[in-house]
Amino acid sequence: MTVTTRLSPPAGRSRGHRLVRQLSNVAVLTERNLVHISREPLQLSDVTIQPVLFTALFVYVFGAGVVLPHGGTYASFAIAGMLALNLTTSAMGTAVGLSNDLNGGIIDRFRSLPMWRPAVLVGRSVTDLLTAVLCAFFVCMTGLLVGWRPESGVGSTIAGLAIFLFFSYSLSWGCACLGIVSKGPESAQGIGLVVLFPLAVVSNALVPTERMPTVLRAVADWNPISAVTAACRQLFANPNPSATVQSWPMQHAIVTSLLWSAGMLAVFAPLAAHLFARRTRG
Amino acid sequence: MPTDSMIQAEGLKKRFGRTVALAGIDLEVPAGAILGMLGPNGAGKTTAVRILTTLAIPDGGRARVAGFDVVTQASQVRRNIGVTAQDATLDEMLTGRQNLVMIGRLSGLHRAEARERARGLLEQFDLADAGDRVMKGYSGGMRRRLDLAAGLVTHPPVLFLDEPTTGLDPTSRVRMWGIIRELVADGVTLLLTTQYLDEADELADRIVVIDHGRVIASGTATELKTRIGGARLEVTLNTPDPRAVGTLEPFVEGAIQVSHDGRRLRAPVRSGDGLATTIVRALDAAGMTVDDVVLHQPSLDDVFFALTGHPMSESTDGGVPGTGSSAEEMEAVLP
Repeated sequence: MTVTTRLSPPAGRSRGHRLVRQLSNVAVLTERNLVHISREPLQLSDVTIQPVLFTALFVYVFGAGVVLPHGGTYASFAIAGMLALNLTTSAMGTAVGLSNDLNGGIIDRFRSLPMWRPAVLVGRSVTDLLTAVLCAFFVCMTGLLVGWRPESGVGSTIAGLAIFLFFSYSLSWGCACLGIVSKGPESAQGIGLVVLFPLAVVSNALVPTERMPTVLRAVADWNPISAVTAACRQLFANPNPSATVQSWPMQHAIVTSLLWSAGMLAVFAPLAAHLFARRTRG
Repeated sequence: MPTDSMIQAEGLKKRFGRTVALAGIDLEVPAGAILGMLGPNGAGKTTAVRILTTLAIPDGGRARVAGFDVVTQASQVRRNIGVTAQDATLDEMLTGRQNLVMIGRLSGLHRAEARERARGLLEQFDLADAGDRVMKGYSGGMRRRLDLAAGLVTHPPVLFLDEPTTGLDPTSRVRMWGIIRELVADGVTLLLTTQYLDEADELADRIVVIDHGRVIASGTATELKTRIGGARLEVTLNTPDPRAVGTLEPFVEGAIQVSHDGRRLRAPVRSGDGLATTIVRALDAAGMTVDDVVLHQPSLDDVFFALTGHPMSESTDGGVPGTGSSAEEMEAVLP
């Protein structure tokens, strides 16, 4: 029987070998997602046009009306909030992209290949981390144009951005879960918007929380997005009214934001892997 | 199991909710052979292929592909199979070449190997010119060829083709047949599903006929044809006439199907010299006006009718309704 002598791809034998293959699978699928973006650059509008537009609009419209309790310009206050708003809403891209893949025929092709299946998830999350970097870049550039300046050193500024990107990456795993359980990309986007948009707004991202009604204020002060935003303002040395808020998360914004991000990642990444395995089991 | 059996299934069962997709199917494909799985939409063909290619888990029964169990040794099975599914399973937004390279790399080839393999396959499948175009713009025939090429990237010894020519125009279909024949000449073991009797006849060594999740017949094309009988007669009368069945009876072998309006009659016949003329004369002599008379080779409808005694019906599992089978509205009259 000659057929069995045919070449079949080598099986991963050692642990190191397997890791190399897994990383290679992730790289291949990330590359695929980037090709998608290059074919339809407009799908990047939520991390390019939207951040520029939102930042300019909020700074000029809200900036005219909001008076910060401890002084400072709205522009210097708002940029961290703009990072929060844009990175949060753009995390939904993970849900939409994954849902597209799961509802197309391509997932069956992947499943019939001797590949590491979670690479589909990891590749998606890496792609979204890259687009989040782009998003942060556009927010910061627009910020610089409208008068925002990081008042701390380069290291602290980068640390502030890193806190956001870590949060955005963890959140994208939550969105991955949503993308897997939703029926299609439209419903994934719809549900994502309904959850994430209020979360981003009921926070200290756009306005100081001090004058909010008691209930909303409590929500805002314990909202992970507030913690991340406050941590970022602290690291940028920008106006940070939350520093005077008497609640634990606001007093320990950096630690809180890191705990939220790590916690979300620890919960959502395994959950996404589990849901993905269940959905693609057959 | 015999050592040279590349695909083997015993009592495969699968249900989706209350729908029974597979009611216990046995299959056996020796190395280098082609099995044609023939059946209507929703008969369970795709479900069987999905189980054999590790995409679905059977509720009952066992299957081995290339010597590995499809459930407990799924990853070894995946290293030995190529799959061309019924729906497009490639990335529309990538070029043909990018698709093949991606599949090669995900299957464990290095970048250079994957590129070289993609180049060879594009050449082999007559896609070299279209290779750098985005797949979105491909014609149906080109998509199917690329899908088939995608299944061959790792030189798998076992191939599954799920309805490789459904929806293709006749030229693309014949071209696909040519490609499939070449593959088989290379010694690949192949399981092919189809709705077309002529396709199974053309390509397969053995055919299993599937209906409602069961194998209702199996054998070589010749054996099946012998069971099904010769040509098919289809007569359309100007006005319905109850005597038509009696008049046709001497010429037919087996049951006569009559349409609900009583004008159309279908039956298997042994074709011979001047049969159409004889039949038209007989009907004319009995005072019936014949609008149309057709003699043709048995279709899948006829295969079903001959094997099951009932017309081919659309099943519930993913079936495409109304595929134009005139048998649906026919009822059988046994002479």
